[in-house]
Amino acid sequence: MLAVGPEDGDAGRMTATENVVEVRELRKTYGDVAAVDGVSFDIHRGETFALLGPNGAGKSTTIEILEGYRERTSGEVRVLGTDPWRASLDWKARLGIVLQSSGETGAVTVREQLAHFAALYPNPRDVDEVIAAVGLEHKAGSLIRKLSGGQRRRVDVAVGIIGRPELLFLDEPTTGFDPEARRNFWSLVRTLQSEGTTIVLTTHYLDEAAQLGDRAGVIANGKMVDLAPIDSLGGADARIPIVRWHEAGEPREERTPTPGAFVAALIARLGPEPAGLEVIRPSLEDVYLQLVGHEHAADLGQEVAS
Amino acid sequence: MSRALRLGGLRIGYEMRAYFRQGDTVFFTFLFPVVLLTIFSVSFSEASFGQTADGDEITAAWFFLPAMLAAGVLLSGLQNLAIDIAVEKSNGTLKRLAGSPLPVTSYFIGKIGQALVTGILQAIVLLALAFTVFQVPLPEDPALWGRFVWIFLLGVVTSAILGIALSSVPRSGASATAVVIPIVLVLQFISGIFLRFSDLPEWLQQVAAIFPLKWMALGMRSVFLPDELVVLEPNETWNLPGIAIALGIWLVVGLALTLVTFRWVRKNQ
Repeated sequence: MLAVGPEDGDAGRMTATENVVEVRELRKTYGDVAAVDGVSFDIHRGETFALLGPNGAGKSTTIEILEGYRERTSGEVRVLGTDPWRASLDWKARLGIVLQSSGETGAVTVREQLAHFAALYPNPRDVDEVIAAVGLEHKAGSLIRKLSGGQRRRVDVAVGIIGRPELLFLDEPTTGFDPEARRNFWSLVRTLQSEGTTIVLTTHYLDEAAQLGDRAGVIANGKMVDLAPIDSLGGADARIPIVRWHEAGEPREERTPTPGAFVAALIARLGPEPAGLEVIRPSLEDVYLQLVGHEHAADLGQEVAS
Repeated sequence: MSRALRLGGLRIGYEMRAYFRQGDTVFFTFLFPVVLLTIFSVSFSEASFGQTADGDEITAAWFFLPAMLAAGVLLSGLQNLAIDIAVEKSNGTLKRLAGSPLPVTSYFIGKIGQALVTGILQAIVLLALAFTVFQVPLPEDPALWGRFVWIFLLGVVTSAILGIALSSVPRSGASATAVVIPIVLVLQFISGIFLRFSDLPEWLQQVAAIFPLKWMALGMRSVFLPDELVVLEPNETWNLPGIAIALGIWLVVGLALTLVTFRWVRKNQ
C-alpha cells in the first residue's frame, strides 16, 4: 500500500476526544431555503448513532455532507479527523457507505461485485464470509439484477462492509426487508458493533433505532430538536406514564411519574376494577412524534406571528 | 499511480463482463456495424463502386468495409461510453464508486479499456465477415496493417475520451440515448460512412473535416481501398499527417473537457 502521511490517516486516530464525527453549526442552503440550519453533534468511536427525522427534514443532506458527497454552506465538519469535502482516497478507504436504494444495472454476480469492491480496499473482509453474513450464500453466483429488492439491498449492505470500515453509514438500510431479514440484519450490525465499528444509521423504523442505536439525534426542519441516548430521548417529561380510565361515563387521563400509587388511589376511590383502566408508557415512537410535532407547531406559530 | 493502473486493469475486466451481459448494448453498439455491412453488401450487390487498376470490380462490401470499421470505432468509443456513463451517473453506480477509494483514473482506464477491447473484437468480426463471406481482398502490405493499427488505436482512444466528455451533457440517463444517437447519426452521414464522401458538396466536406469521424473514415479507406481511389479524396491525398493531427487535437480537446466537466456526482443533486 501507499504510505499514509500524518496529515491523512493518523490525524483522526489521534483526536484526543475520540470523536469520529464532529459537526459544528452546519448549514446548507439552496437559494433562500436552509435544508440544514445550524446543526451540531459529535459521534464517538464505537457507538451507533441514529439520525432520525421526517422526510425532507435535512437528514439525508447532513449524511451526504458527512460522506463527502455534498459541499456545506458553512460550519465545521470533521469525519475521521478530516474535512470530508477535501478528503483523500485513503480517507474513503476507512468508510463504508450504504446509500439509499439505487437502480444500478446489476449485470455482474453477487460474488463478482463483492470481489471487485474488496480489491479497492487495503484490508478487506473475506468475500464469502460477507456473502454468508448477509445471507446470500445461495445467490452468490446470481446476477444482481435478477435478485429481489430485499436481496439487492443486502448486496448494498455487503458492499458497504466489505472494506472493513471504521465508520459505516447506513442510510435506511432495511427498507424492503421482510421481518426475518430485518432480524438477521440487526444481528449482523451487532457483530459489527462488537468489532468496534462506528455506525451512523438513518431509519424510519424507530424500533430499529431503539434496537441498534446508542444515541440518537432528531432533525426537523433542518434543526436538531433533540440529541440524547435513545432511552432518554425527549427528556424525562416525555416519558411520564399516562393513566387512562373512565369515570362517570367520561374518559379521563392523568400523567404521573408514580402510576402505581395513582392507580391504588383510583381503586380506593372507584372500587377494585376502574372502567377502561390503562397504564401507558410512551414508546419511542410517541416521544419521536411529539418531538417532531412540536417543532412543526413552533414553525406554524412563527408563520402566524409574522 | 501503480495502484491506479492495477485497479484500472481490474475495472476493464469488470466492465467487459457487464458489457457482454447487456443484450441491448451488444446488439446496438457491438453488432450494429456488422449488420449494416451485411445489409449494404447484399442490397447494393448489383451496384458498382468503381474498378481497380487491374480492372477488378469494387464491390459494395469492399467499399463499405472501411466505412463500417470507422463507424465501429465511433460507436465503441463515443456512443457506447457517452450513454453508458450518463446512465451510470443517474442510476447510482457513480455515486457508489465515488464513496469508494477507487481513483477516478482507474475508472477512466476501465472505460477506455472496455471501448478498446470491444472495438478490437468488433473490427475482427467485421474483417472476418468481409473476407470470408463477401470475398473482400485484404491488404497484403504489412505497412498498411501498421497504418491500420495506429489509426484504429488513436481513433478508439479519441472516441472513448470524447464519449466520456459527452456523457456530462445529458441531464438524465433516460435522455442519454436521445442526446447521443442523433449526434452520432449526423456525423456518420456527413463523414462518408453511409454516403460516399466524394459525392458530398464541398462545403459539407469542409464541415465534416472539423469532426474526427471523417478523418477516421479517410484513414480506413487509405488502408483497405485500392490506392488509385485516392483521386476521389479532397486534394487527391490520403493526408495521413492530417489524420494524426485532427485526431490528436480531438484527443487533447476531449481530455480537457473531461477534466473540466467530469463529476462523480451531479452537482446540486
